[in-house]
Amino acid sequence: MTTAAVETARKPATMAQALGRALRDAMAEDPAVHVLGEDVGTLGGVFRITDGLAKEFGDHRCTDTPLAEAGILGTAVGMAMYGLRPVVEMQFDAFAYPAFEQLISHVSRMRNRTRGALPMPITVRVPYGGGIGGVEHHSDSSEAYYMATPGLHVVTPATVADAYGMLREAIASDDPVVFLEPKRLYWSKADWSADRPEPVAPIGRAVVRRPATGQGSPVSLITYGPSLPVCMEAAEAARAEGWDLEVVDLRSLVPFDDETVCASVRRTGRALVVHESPGFGGPGGEIAARITERCFHHLEAPVLRVAGFDIPYPPPMVERHHLPGVDRVLDAVARLQWESEWTEGSAD
Amino acid sequence: MTVLEQPGAYRPTPPPAWRPRLDPAPLLPDPEPVRLLGTPAAADLDPGLLTRLYRELVRGRRYNAQATALTKQGRLAVYPSSTGQEACQVAAAMVLEERDWLFPSYRDTLAAVVRGLDPAQALTLLRGDWHNGYDPREYRVAPLCTPLATQLPHAVGLAHAARLKGDDVVALAMVGDGGTSEGDFHEALNFAAVWQAPVVFLVQNNGFAISVPLAKQTAAPSLAHKAVGYGMPGRLVDGNDAAAVHQVLGEAVRRAREGGGPTLVEAVTYRLDAHTNADDATRYRAEEELTAWRAHDPIDLMEAELKGRDLIDEDGMAAAREAAEDMARALRDRMNDDPVLEPMELFEHVYAEKTGQLREQAAQLRAELDAESQEGER
Repeated sequence: MTTAAVETARKPATMAQALGRALRDAMAEDPAVHVLGEDVGTLGGVFRITDGLAKEFGDHRCTDTPLAEAGILGTAVGMAMYGLRPVVEMQFDAFAYPAFEQLISHVSRMRNRTRGALPMPITVRVPYGGGIGGVEHHSDSSEAYYMATPGLHVVTPATVADAYGMLREAIASDDPVVFLEPKRLYWSKADWSADRPEPVAPIGRAVVRRPATGQGSPVSLITYGPSLPVCMEAAEAARAEGWDLEVVDLRSLVPFDDETVCASVRRTGRALVVHESPGFGGPGGEIAARITERCFHHLEAPVLRVAGFDIPYPPPMVERHHLPGVDRVLDAVARLQWESEWTEGSAD
Repeated sequence: MTVLEQPGAYRPTPPPAWRPRLDPAPLLPDPEPVRLLGTPAAADLDPGLLTRLYRELVRGRRYNAQATALTKQGRLAVYPSSTGQEACQVAAAMVLEERDWLFPSYRDTLAAVVRGLDPAQALTLLRGDWHNGYDPREYRVAPLCTPLATQLPHAVGLAHAARLKGDDVVALAMVGDGGTSEGDFHEALNFAAVWQAPVVFLVQNNGFAISVPLAKQTAAPSLAHKAVGYGMPGRLVDGNDAAAVHQVLGEAVRRAREGGGPTLVEAVTYRLDAHTNADDATRYRAEEELTAWRAHDPIDLMEAELKGRDLIDEDGMAAAREAAEDMARALRDRMNDDPVLEPMELFEHVYAEKTGQLREQAAQLRAELDAESQEGER
């Protein structure tokens, strides 16, 4: 096929479409893959991610369950014990909390407690994060809770290609994967072909989305999920200030890719972690500590964090004040330069 | 080889249409617990079955006594005894076919042993020697579950999956009276009924959730009545009558296997020992109550039946006790060996493949262990 033909095959697709296609392809390829959750069948999910699956595969493979998250995940455990690969949908981030006990007490540790006899190939899809004008309990960023539980993989795509590739990998994984879907990126588009999906990096690898150019004062922005577009925009805007921002998309919070992150920080000497979940006890603290432990002698400034405020997720009319935006990121980048004159001076 | 790696085409088939049950009357339990032993109905019971039940009851009582003694010797970290509840344990295990699955709670070690587990293996969790000493798929016994009622939705999911696969497998899930207050109990029963999953729920109502009596646990007329609200039959049975528990569970298992959906069985019994060896039961229950229940002991009930029908003599009873003693002796010997645990196994089976973080931590522990052993050699 010519390059031109490949290009014509690519059309704008949304992240939601790529996720739906990943579910469809996984179900078509492996009859053990079952989708279950509230409204996933006839309705196709409140975000339409599962649209058409019940029709194509039957409602015994894409099942509308009773409204009970612990029951959904708990029955998925039993299904996995019998050799199936359940993909469960937690309709909204804060609706997943009733299922926490099943996730923490069973899903995450069944392999360990049975010394490998009962793997849990379960994918838990959690639409998460704010920015869509949702009312209370529809915009939480719960990743820190999941990260704190050994036995779970915690991943979050930020691009259309990753949404497809990472969901396919999550479903194929013999381990439980908490698959966090940044719901405000559901409608983000990219040129993408479902019939020729581009290969993506495996789960566990971070990707440098925007390398430093060598023009200007370098800083690494370490981010993931819904904050990636914010950081990409900030990086463009920063050029005018003479800053050279390198943007690292973590993609996977567990396992954590120290290698890619530290390689970037060693190149730039400055690091800023950006996420929208609350900062205190949040992922940024762990990431900053890891960078400090591994790259201290390369750092020219303390690792800074730009995160959501330490408040319950605010009502939609004021959520823009809570969510880290481009300006807040640029302010932090400016603060990262605080020592540079002194450092340069003392080095002479 | 894991279940997932097993070859052969899996083609999930849709289960038969889910149907609502409109008439609650057939779902309601009998007003009084079903009893067989000591009643005219017992005459129809298979002598071979009664004798097998009796032997297992005697062995089970000895097992409970031995495990409790092992806690006093520090060989077990804790033991939640099922003394007094042996009829439920024995019947639950004996009613299942090999292909069926048992989902025990932490108190149901004995059921797992009757199902075929090595008596010492079944105590792995309670000994503190890893969390689970057997391959659940080998015996089709899920790991002993410590959080309350959380194993019930697992049973539903497994039974549902088996039916999708076209297998006539039944899951039997055990829970205590306290566990019926948990949300997972409700969700499991609701899912099972909506999906018409081949599951049997056995509630062992032993009177107390640690110290809280049933009257403070529920206002329902009986725990079996709860079934009606979900649209499944509820059965009430004398939990000390091994023959009755076996029969009621047997009917429920048969119905589930034939596609008739789930059943909730409440077995009314009594825990003669404390909640665990760490509990002081005298703080919350009276001696008179114990005396009354001792007069309704599951072993005595069965012994009286067997003797009344000339199905057992002194020699037969002595043989049962001797077999139990052999089991106890072997168990003691096994438990007196200090278990050898490999610390490096801490990092195994957290994930299919170790993460970079775990590889680093494993290297750290390896270095610490090497340093320790060098210290020891000096």
